[in-house]
This record gives sequence, structure tokens and C-alpha cells, in this order.
Amino acid sequence: MTASCNVPPSRRAILGTAGALFAWGAIPRTAYAAPGARDARLVVVILRGGLDGLSAVAPLGDPAYADLRPGIALTRDGPAAALPLDGFFALHPALPTFARLYAARQALVVHAAATGYRERSHFDGQDVLESGQPSPGHTASGWLNRLVAALPAGEGIPPRTALGVGVVPPLILRGPAPVLGWAPPRLPRASDELARRVLGLYQARDPALAASLAHGLDTDALAKGGPKAAGGLRGIAEGAARLIAADDGPRIAALALDGWDTHADEGGATGRLAGLLGGLDGVFSAFAEILAPRWSDTAILVVTEFGRTARVNGTTGTDHGTGTVAFLLGGAVRGGRVLADWPGLAPAQLHEGRDLAPTLDVRAVAKGMAADLFGLSPAILGRSVFPGTEALRPVGGLVV
Amino acid sequence: MAVDPRRTALGLGRFGLGARPGDLVRAEPIEEVLRREILSGLVPLPGGPDLSAAATLLSALQAEEQSRKLARAASPDAPMPEGPPAPPIQERIYQAEVAARLGLARDAPVGFVERLVWFWANHFTVSVVRGAQLRVSAGAFEREAIRPHVLGRFRDLLLAAATHPAMLIYLDNVASVGPNSPAGQRQRKGLNENLGRELLELHTLGVDGGYTQADVTALARILTGWSVLRDGHAEGLPGATAFRRGAHEPGPVTLLGRTYLDIGPEQLRLALDDLATHPATARHVAFRLARHFVADDPPPALVARLTRTFLDQDGDLSRLALALIEAPEAWDPVQRKIRSPQEFLTATLRGLALAPDPRMVTGGLAALGQPYWSAPAPNGYPDDAGTWASPEGMRARLDLAARTGQLAAGTDPMALAEAVLGPLATDETRTALRRAESRPQGVALVLMAPEFQRR
Repeated sequence: MTASCNVPPSRRAILGTAGALFAWGAIPRTAYAAPGARDARLVVVILRGGLDGLSAVAPLGDPAYADLRPGIALTRDGPAAALPLDGFFALHPALPTFARLYAARQALVVHAAATGYRERSHFDGQDVLESGQPSPGHTASGWLNRLVAALPAGEGIPPRTALGVGVVPPLILRGPAPVLGWAPPRLPRASDELARRVLGLYQARDPALAASLAHGLDTDALAKGGPKAAGGLRGIAEGAARLIAADDGPRIAALALDGWDTHADEGGATGRLAGLLGGLDGVFSAFAEILAPRWSDTAILVVTEFGRTARVNGTTGTDHGTGTVAFLLGGAVRGGRVLADWPGLAPAQLHEGRDLAPTLDVRAVAKGMAADLFGLSPAILGRSVFPGTEALRPVGGLVV
Repeated sequence: MAVDPRRTALGLGRFGLGARPGDLVRAEPIEEVLRREILSGLVPLPGGPDLSAAATLLSALQAEEQSRKLARAASPDAPMPEGPPAPPIQERIYQAEVAARLGLARDAPVGFVERLVWFWANHFTVSVVRGAQLRVSAGAFEREAIRPHVLGRFRDLLLAAATHPAMLIYLDNVASVGPNSPAGQRQRKGLNENLGRELLELHTLGVDGGYTQADVTALARILTGWSVLRDGHAEGLPGATAFRRGAHEPGPVTLLGRTYLDIGPEQLRLALDDLATHPATARHVAFRLARHFVADDPPPALVARLTRTFLDQDGDLSRLALALIEAPEAWDPVQRKIRSPQEFLTATLRGLALAPDPRMVTGGLAALGQPYWSAPAPNGYPDDAGTWASPEGMRARLDLAARTGQLAAGTDPMALAEAVLGPLATDETRTALRRAESRPQGVALVLMAPEFQRR
């Protein structure tokens, strides 16, 4: 095929069009903190579309790697060499902030990871990732919302709600714990008086709309003096980080970034995926900068619904796969290492002959974070937050 | 048959684009009006000097990008011309396409067919977020692949959508090459399974439709060679769909247990015909249609009836639309669906008889999260209250309603309520309107009333 039909969009174009959604749960310290417990922040970043883990963190030490990926494989040297992590893995060069944090032992890579989902539909895969349920089709609530709901409430303080930012809240934060909404306003705000009257009408006639609008108005008050109307992905990340950094700000947040479905002209050290990863690195840097005063209590978990084929496809891209990477970063993370039970990339080692085989369950990682940051018991995590995973032990030692 | 004004108001919102002043006073039952619109077989076509064929638009885009590149290369130090630069072709075309849709939405007497166009364009999503080629051709896709078939047969709609240049580009089929084809052997290129997978998962069988990874790969093989021609290619008009034999995977392919011989472009048509008439496809389409028009969680009996109609009538989409409005469940007096941002904005413009300013509408839709043909992913915009009645979504609707109230300064709120809500207006809404402290506030209250937000 001809190049003109697949001109890789510029990095600016990608960032301008990648949908970004933010959400967070507002948990004032006093609402849950036991005496002496840390006042932790947890941010979950969802990469929608299926991140190619073999390009984000390349197993350069695997003898099969380079041959599987002609045209897109990363290399140890050259003008855009991959950033070495250990003797085996190297990081994509578009992730310098992550590399800096890794060197400071504040960033961790989890490799050959996946949820329990083994089909290859984005939309089912995202449902499983965000709902935390063992199978698709359960979209009533997300695991981060149920995690908020499971946090013990403090005495005398009404439980604050979760907060969804973006016009469309991500599934991961939908559910029983009330969700507030906020997005950088694009329209002049309606007057409080009109808001009061509409709310009154809803309370009389339409409880569902009343609850939703009330939360939308509530969040607005919360966000006042917080983030200004933000431009671009970095700007929105800065706004979100400012909210989380506040004393009475939310303690749990989620954001979703679209556009990782790199079927064609994925690029290697430069190109389409490199542009997306550069945008993600900008989000990391915004969080690290603005959350600096809270950094030692902050953990950011980055996950995607599945990985991509180990082999490059016929159009210098990759199709839907299975195993991939997850990232953990923040001052609360025991970083500077790659957590992987490497399955290998030889033909017989690939899942169904085509994908990186998953050897680690990202839910075990999420459970480990939740257990160590918030003191949630394995029983609650295995029953309420990730139902049906009682047998899946939380990964320990992720948190400093 | 006596005309029930309540049913008229309900039907105009649920199946149409919303009431205009005077629409609620009808001498004819609304079911009859809807039925006639379907039986007329007429689908309005947006028109305008810029709304050319997709192939023309794609090759004009290519030419414009080429000449810009040449101009830059020829005189890299040339001073910038005075004034703001002319918008690139894809922006001009996109705005013209949106403006044409707003004109159709304003003029439609009821707009049931227009709603079906929206539904099917979302079912077969192509999205401008993918870049300039999609921005310039998404409107043409809707004109060329969707509109001609919304009252025709599903199999024709499916074939037109799957092989339209915009879809071939959006889901990466343009570059997919049979690994054993001459082109594949020469260029060492191969399959891209993106379109094959979404055709099965989203467009036909549905994710639980009983296909496997092997079926995805099989359909991807059948799709190889379906591409879009570049300028200077001898095989046809640049920007148009072409079946490139030299890139097509040779040999028979087995899909869902049936074998399709390598007989050229007919291979794809036969495979899509079988997918179009598959019972799983009927269920999937019936469910989505019922969910869109009736309830997020549609009555199973309704879905079953629509499934049967789809199968019995060989995927005749007019029969399917008629079965929908003939179903008692579709006339549930409770308004269960929240209007999508596009429906809300269109109903607002119609109710207030405002001349739509395309840029303002585009801005409003962006604020509410649903610009034309801009879904973030191939599964299209969501179709449920959880998405559209989110806290931030309701907050943005409130802001938009307030702004609209100011724009429609002279409008009397009570008259507006009579025109768009009529018998649906509740006592509480009427009381709130009587107590409104200004006309703009009253207009905003009508637009935010549950009876207007829901349908």
C-alpha cells in the first residue's frame, strides 16, 4: 500500500485528538486514615486501544525479539537508542521521565502481564480491565469505585465521593460510591440560581438526573481555585495533579487515554507509538512536578486492556495480542526494577503462537498496591474489589 | 382514529428529531406519520458545492498537501502571507458537511429517517480523530455508504460501509496485503486484521456471536487487496476504492465453517452476504436498535420480535423500522432514554426555530462530548444514560441551556413549553416556569426539564 494513506500523524495531532478522561475519588485523610497510617494518593492511568508492551519496554536480551519486529524493533545504540533498564530490558526512548524515576528507584515495570481476559476485543478487554470482574458484560461498577467504597470511613465525617473528570466518566470509577464530575469548562457557567431551580425540578421529578447534576455542581465548587481551563494533555494532567495535591483534594484518581491501537505504521524509536509514549511521559512529568510535596505518598499505576502481537503484522504495525507491560511510578513505589517472569519469545513460547504469553496478572499488582497503600485486606480485595480472585495473591513489596 | 396529543409528543422525541412549534397539533396519528416516512423510501441527501464524492475529496486533500509541501520546499524563507491562513481542505469540508446536516435536521418534518441515519452511521463508525483523510471523508462516508441503504437491505449497507474508502482507511485495510500474493511476496508485506475483527465484532455477529481468532484472520485474508488508490495509479480514480488483485491473498478461505473460493472481489461479497444474514447478526442489530430507540436495557420480547423480523424479511431495514414503531413496548409512556448530546442540541434548535450556526453547534457538541463523526474508537459513541447523564455531562447541558436561553431572548418560556413538551409537561415543570425570574431562565428551564432531556 502507498504511504499517503497512512501518514503517521504528527505528535501534536495525536495529542490533540487522543481523548483524555480523568476521574478521581475524593477521600479526605480524616475519612479513613487510621492513626499513623499514610495519607496515600493512587492514580490509575488506563491506556485504551492496547499498548504494545514489547515496544514500550523492549526485551533486547531475548534472541527472538529483533527478528519478530523488523522495521519497529528498538536497538541498543544509534541516534534513538533504547534507554537501558537492566541487562535484558530497555525502555522506549520517548519515556525519559520514566527513565529518570526508574534510576531514582521510583518507577517499576511489570512485564508479560495481562488481566484474566484472553480474547482480543478492545471493548470487552477494557470492560474486564476497568470493571475488575472476571469476564466481560459486568459494567455496573468499576474496581476503583468499589475500592473507594471499601475504604473504612472515619468517624463523624460523611464519606466523600469519587470524582469523575471528563464529560464521560471511565467505567473504572463508576459504581456505588458516588462519583462527582469535573472537566475544564468549555462554556460559560450557568448561574447558581438557574442551577438551583433545575436541581429543584429534578429532585421533584427525576431522582437520577438530580443525583447526577448535584454531583456535577458539587465538584465545581471543589475545583474552584484548582485547575484552570487546561489546554492539551499536559495541561489537563497538570490541572488534575493540582487537585490531587491539595490538602482536601481527592486521594484516588483515574484517567483514560485513547489511541494506542497501532495496527499500521506503528514506528519504532520514532513515529506513531513514540508520539503517544511522549505524551504519556509528559503526563508523568506533570504529575511528578506538581505532586512533588506529596510524592513520597503517591503511586501511579498505568495499565492497558491487552498487548499486541509479538510479530509485526503486514503493515508495519501490530494486531491485538495478550501479554504487555504495566507501569508503576511515584515516591511510594519500590522501583528501579523490572518485575517479570519472562516467558520468552521463541515460537513455541508465544501464547497461541502469536502473542507475548502472560505470566503475571495485573490484578495481583493492583491488589498489592491497594493492600499496601490503604491497608485493605486480601479478603475484601478478593471479594469486593476484584470479585472471584480470592486465590490470586496480591503482589507484595511494591510499596516503600 | 383519534389523535392522542401525548403520543404525538412522545413519538416526535423518541423516533424523531424533536417537535417544532406547531408540530404537536397534528390531525393524524403519529404512527401514521412515521410509517409514511419509512414507506416513502425517501432519504434526504445533504447537498452543497463542496460535498463531492469521497474519492474526489481524498484526491483533493492529497493534491493540497502535495502543493503545500512543494511550496515550502521551493521557498522555505518566503514570508508568511498576511492575515490568518486559509483553513485546510479537511476543515472546510468537515464544516460544510456538518452545516448540511444541520440544515437537514432543521427542515425534516419529523426526522425518523434522519435518526436512522445517525444510528447506522454510529453502528458503522468512522472517526475524524484518525486524521486528515478521515476528516475530509467522514461526511462523504455517511452520504455514500449509509444514506442510500438505511431503508434498504442490511447486506447492501454492510458491503457499502465495509468497502468505502473512509472505512478502508480508518480500519487500516488499505495497507493489508495477502502474504502469499505477488505484492506480499515482493514487498514482504502482509495482513492487518483490524477491519476483519471489527466487521465481526461490531458490525455483524457481535462479540458473543460465536467466531474465533481463526475467523478474524480468515476475514482479514478475504479483505486483502481492498484498498484505496493513490494519485498516479493506473487502476482507477485516485481516492476511490479498488480491489487490487495483486495484493489479494490467493487460495480458498474458510470462515465460520464455510469455504470461499478465491474468485476475485466476489469473494468478499459472498462472505459479507453470509455474515449479513447470520442469526447472530440479526440479534446484534435488533438489540442495538431497541437499545437506541427504547431503553438502555430493552425489553427482551421486543429484541426477539425485531430479530425475527430481520431474519424473516431478509434484513430489510424498512421492515425493521416499521416493526419497531408497531411494537407496543416502543410506546412505553415512561421516557427512559436520555437524549444524546446530538439529539438534545438538535431538538433545542428545532424547538426554538433557531438558525443553526455550525461553529456554535460544533462547539456545543464538543463541550457535551459528541461532535459529528468523532467517536474515540470504532465501537462508536455509547448509547446509555450512564455515559450521557454523567455529572459533568449534566453540568455542561445546564451551561448550554443557560447560554441558549440568552440567545433566544424574545422567546416566551410557556409558549416554548407548549410547543416542545405539550401534554408531557408536568405540573412541577409548569410551576417552575411560572416562577422563572426571567425569560432566558425560563427557556433554560424548559430545555433542562426531564421531559425534554429524556425521550
